[in-house]
Amino acid sequence: MQRRVIFDNKALPYLLLVPQVAVTLIFFIWPAAQAIWQSVHLQDAFGLRAQFVWFENFEAVLTDPNYLDTLRITVIFCAAVTLLSLGAALLLAVLADSKIKGAGAYKTLLIWPYALAPAVAAVLWMFIFNPEIGVLGRALNNLGYAWDYRLNDTQALVMVVLAASWKQVSYNFIFFLAGLQAIPRSVLEAASIDGASASRRFWTIIFPLLSPTTFFLLVVNIVYAFFETFGTIHALTHGGPGKATETLIFRVYQDGVVNHDLGASSAQSVILMVIVIGLTAIQFRFVERKVHYS
Amino acid sequence: MLTRRTLAVSTAAFALTAGIAGAAFAQQKTVVEFWHGLPQPLGGQLEQVVKGFNDSQDKVQVNPSFKGNYPETMQAAIAAFRAGNAPHVVQMFEVGTATMLAAGPAVKPVHQLMSETNTAFDAEGYIPAVRGYYSSKDGKMMALPFNSSTTITFYNKDAFQKAGLDPSKAPATWPETIEAVRKLKAAGVACPMTFSWPTWTQFEQLGALHNKPFATQANGFGGLNAELKINDPFFVKHLQTLMDLQKDGLIRYSGRDNAADPLFPAGECAIIQASSGLRARIVKEAKFAWGAAPLPYWPEAVDSPKNSIIGGAAFWVMTSPKRTPAEYKAVADFFAYMSKPEVDAKWHMDTGYVPVTLKGFEAAKQAGFYEKNPGADVPAQQLTRTATTENTMGLRLGNLPEIRNIIQEEMEKAFQGQQTAQQALDNAVKRGNTVLRNFERANKG
Amino acid sequence: MRPQRNSDERKSGGALASLLPHAILILGVLVFAFPIYMTLIGSTWDAATIGRGNLPLTPGGELLTNYNAAWNETQGTRILHTPVRIMMWNSLVMALVIALGKIAISILSAYAVAFFRFPLRMVFFWLIFITLMLPVEVRIIPTYEVVANLGLIDTYAGLTIPLIASATATLLFRQFFLTIPDELVEAAKIDGAGAVRFFIDVVLPLSRTNIAALFVILFIYGWNQYLWPLLVTNSADMETVVIGITKMIGNGEAATDWNVIMATTVLAMLPPVAVVVLMQRWFVKGLVDSEK
Repeated sequence: MQRRVIFDNKALPYLLLVPQVAVTLIFFIWPAAQAIWQSVHLQDAFGLRAQFVWFENFEAVLTDPNYLDTLRITVIFCAAVTLLSLGAALLLAVLADSKIKGAGAYKTLLIWPYALAPAVAAVLWMFIFNPEIGVLGRALNNLGYAWDYRLNDTQALVMVVLAASWKQVSYNFIFFLAGLQAIPRSVLEAASIDGASASRRFWTIIFPLLSPTTFFLLVVNIVYAFFETFGTIHALTHGGPGKATETLIFRVYQDGVVNHDLGASSAQSVILMVIVIGLTAIQFRFVERKVHYS
Repeated sequence: MLTRRTLAVSTAAFALTAGIAGAAFAQQKTVVEFWHGLPQPLGGQLEQVVKGFNDSQDKVQVNPSFKGNYPETMQAAIAAFRAGNAPHVVQMFEVGTATMLAAGPAVKPVHQLMSETNTAFDAEGYIPAVRGYYSSKDGKMMALPFNSSTTITFYNKDAFQKAGLDPSKAPATWPETIEAVRKLKAAGVACPMTFSWPTWTQFEQLGALHNKPFATQANGFGGLNAELKINDPFFVKHLQTLMDLQKDGLIRYSGRDNAADPLFPAGECAIIQASSGLRARIVKEAKFAWGAAPLPYWPEAVDSPKNSIIGGAAFWVMTSPKRTPAEYKAVADFFAYMSKPEVDAKWHMDTGYVPVTLKGFEAAKQAGFYEKNPGADVPAQQLTRTATTENTMGLRLGNLPEIRNIIQEEMEKAFQGQQTAQQALDNAVKRGNTVLRNFERANKG
Repeated sequence: MRPQRNSDERKSGGALASLLPHAILILGVLVFAFPIYMTLIGSTWDAATIGRGNLPLTPGGELLTNYNAAWNETQGTRILHTPVRIMMWNSLVMALVIALGKIAISILSAYAVAFFRFPLRMVFFWLIFITLMLPVEVRIIPTYEVVANLGLIDTYAGLTIPLIASATATLLFRQFFLTIPDELVEAAKIDGAGAVRFFIDVVLPLSRTNIAALFVILFIYGWNQYLWPLLVTNSADMETVVIGITKMIGNGEAATDWNVIMATTVLAMLPPVAVVVLMQRWFVKGLVDSEK
């Protein structure tokens, strides 16, 4: 995607890119190259011995039946988190952006949760969901619903989806607000004079104009669900019961940080990167066509 | 802006240090970087002990630094070592022992450190179950044990009273425990029993207590080629018992690691098998009368139970290309101080950890600590009650944290009725052995 | 640029229609702010009540004790840690440098990618873009090695620079830049304004809302960093408040001071919340528009 009208300086664009590319090369591309190197080696934790093993690490990962199961869970998990957090945030942002009393207070209260330190959020989940000492868990059991995510695959997955989405709703909310901001009032007013109903006006005018923001959030949310949710999963279920809530990134984290299996962890990182780069390329190629710029 | 601020802060920090220590001394002191993984309040208490050492002499300055929980601390130490930047001393949890030992030149064994620096050190003074965990096969001490715990039983005396059980003693055997949980259930206790650290309490300790191997090669002490043995009929029968009890609502599986901990002080569960360190929390939170007792055993498998094994952490000496002999000497002095019985006894009495030296245990007895805190000697008694065998020294298995996770996963599937006890443990052995083989390959040659 | 907004664009169409948005928003607030509410309530009770899981939904009487302990208690038999104000200062420096640095470098690179055509343009875009795919936790060991080799351990530079590259911000600005009408660029060119002038006079002012939104998110992102600061700082003077909090959450071998944790958490939340409130004026339509 490229604009029609552009500036034609020759050196300036490179100059503008220098800081970003420099940091990227040193702190991202170099580590990524290391990950690729590690993915074809067998190494001890301290990096004292390394042997080249071709694609053994990949083979071990891809032939592990558990890994395919994990892939299935990841797909469900990512789809659920992305849809839930985008949908809830869009609804709330559109409502909070309209001219209603207390809009400012609603905005603060809905952005605020993002500021809660993740470590504390993790503890609070326990005080909320635990079947014996959690506010919600206990209430469910008292109402006669047998809630025990420690030994129920489905409940565990529902819980991690809710917890992971919770954090992302504030994030999406704030960018939807910013996106709504950029919609010219004249357009809205013209539509309102035409007498379009609120929901029609939303789907035919606001939503298309919001699509650059939505596309951005779609990409970011998928990446979030794929890569940044292992803290939540670690705190709540450790991937259990069994492997019912183990996602690909949780496994990378487990193998790399806890199990010090750098070969397996790097091989998975590489696989994961390929999946997500592919997914993103597809989004840019196909979904972005539907995005309405200017 | 960044540089100026950095400069300003480092100047301020320097002024502060210099102000306290006196510029003249600050230059001559050998600095020892010490990374630990203890959160508050224990971390603060540990740093107080370190301060005690710093104040006791004027040659060495030990700088303690919190590096997150144990896995995070381990990750930090590994990253630092790879960058040639390792701390002098790092605290490492017991399940990381095999990984540290396999690190070879990254680590300097404590026995070697002490003899090279001619520092007096009494390895024999340590409780055998503690020393064994951190020693080589031929009994040489590799790391300095410090904060250690073990698992015991805590029980709710009020609930026992209500169920018509004798509140003065907890059930000593599993058959007695089963009878007790039935009575508790009948008396209306919703959760008669639970357990923390599922693998530690139900498999590792079970093996030790009954002198059954958890793995071949003397639980891995004999070499990297060890294989898991927990699909032995003894372990299968135990898991089956737990599954039956769980099904009848007599025992409750409460999640991995220490997720079950809060359920006992909250009064939800009447009996818990948990780390001895839970005591501090129970003292603070429980609103009922409670007691502590050794773990139960199966009389059909053993006449009297053996010693339990430890958990907790030890201090490891790390190497670095730029290390000087003076720095090693400083570390040796620090370790000599930390192994003093009075330091050990004070640490034990201030925290929930067990004493690690025999003299420290004596000192705590002498101080009347156990009269004032009934049951606080249960963990140390349980650790010292028999001579250690090759099944009760501990576990020396590579990537033990991963193996623990595998066992927990298979257990959870079994508790959900997705597989039988035999299948669960067969799977655990199969998957665990793969982990062991990978570790063996990565650390050979 | 943007037309003035008229006072009331739509009149309420019945009581139910005007109540429904409030009902949904209140429900949203209840769900999403509930954990925050628990933290606030928790900070007014004693540790044992919280630890037992008996936390009531109404405030308790330990407010002063808890906040006093959180703010002042740095020495003693049980506690030995860096004063909260030092930790807050470190967090503030880290959050500000990360947020401002990220915004600065990404707005420049997004401008390059969106408003110029030059060889390797898409290569650069994708190069930046794949940084999205590598969270700090996965690349931590090699990154640490780089920082150590550059001698940046225990410095603010080491703490912040590796976290500054951001594909997220670049993507957001690119998305926004693509919506800037071509007519504006043409008009600027006719007026003889170059790329730099156009950036300062047109692009920056137009991007204010997105900058504000990003600033809020990135400030909090920087503020809540945990694993990286833990790894690259060793001295207590460099400790951040999130590390301070995590340090208090026990490992099961001792009783945890839940009340002090909750109070410290509330204190640690104040600067991010201040940022949210301050930045929020950028989201209030009337204010932004009437400045023109």
